[in-house]
Amino acid sequence: MGFRAAVITFPGSNCDRDMACALELVSGTAPIRVWHGDAELPDNLDFIALPGGFSYGDYLRSGAMAANSPVMRSVIDAAQRGVPVLGVCNGFQVLTESGLLPGALMRNASQNFICRTVPLIAENTQSAFTRAYAGKGTVHIPVAHHDGNYFADEETLDRLEGDGRVAFRYAEPCNGSRRDIAGVLSVGGNVLGMMPHPERAVEDAQGGTDGRLLFESAIAALV
Amino acid sequence: MKVRILVRLKPGVLDPQGRAVHHSLDGMGFEGVEDVRIGRMIEMDVADGTSDEALNSMCEKLLANMVIEDFTIEKLETAGAA
Repeated sequence: MGFRAAVITFPGSNCDRDMACALELVSGTAPIRVWHGDAELPDNLDFIALPGGFSYGDYLRSGAMAANSPVMRSVIDAAQRGVPVLGVCNGFQVLTESGLLPGALMRNASQNFICRTVPLIAENTQSAFTRAYAGKGTVHIPVAHHDGNYFADEETLDRLEGDGRVAFRYAEPCNGSRRDIAGVLSVGGNVLGMMPHPERAVEDAQGGTDGRLLFESAIAALV
Repeated sequence: MKVRILVRLKPGVLDPQGRAVHHSLDGMGFEGVEDVRIGRMIEMDVADGTSDEALNSMCEKLLANMVIEDFTIEKLETAGAA
């Protein structure tokens, strides 16, 4: 049986198809597409992806309303059972708003929407999402966001660093994020939220393939 | 009952919007502005008798993000009183 992944679509998601294409390209199996209003997730999932976009038009706060949509109760249950959950960009915002990851994503310090490829360092190469980054040094993955400025209090930041939960760090200042944090893992390591878009760097036609390593890691972790 | 909720960034949380507005006010020649913080106001019509617990829960679970924001709840009037 192939890699059984689900991609959740919220009203206003716009990277859901990219995410599904990337998962199919790397795993060989098309993921199941799930609508946010579905209260139940398919059974026996190997992987859940919350894509980028502008769920609910970013009204109130980015990700705030999506975090309270029916499907998120099932996503939270699955995450607590250890199912790998990846949230990219708006997906990361949904994960912090839902409480699955600590901190918050605030307006970029520059006030500008930032859309470019950025250098990243995988700080933790032991997680199910990042093992393939071991020894790779600086990698390059695109960002495209207005609210990517990671904030958490100093105590939380120290705990994240001490526990190896900073998955990715910008190799140069990007959006004002505390300690240049670009991606954060949950306590159990099975939930990853990140602002950069690995699904936009999986084949040469996209200008780089450094994002592919993330999906390869996740698939290899299940074997 | 009308309820007005003010959501503000917690002290110590950098406010890039406030900083940009402060910079603009300085640039326009307004003097004496020492700090600018931008928050959000939410007005709701709720049933008379809606409990403080319910209002607090709405704020904590959705209207404010307790990681970065504080809120205050002000009850303005009961329906028809205006």
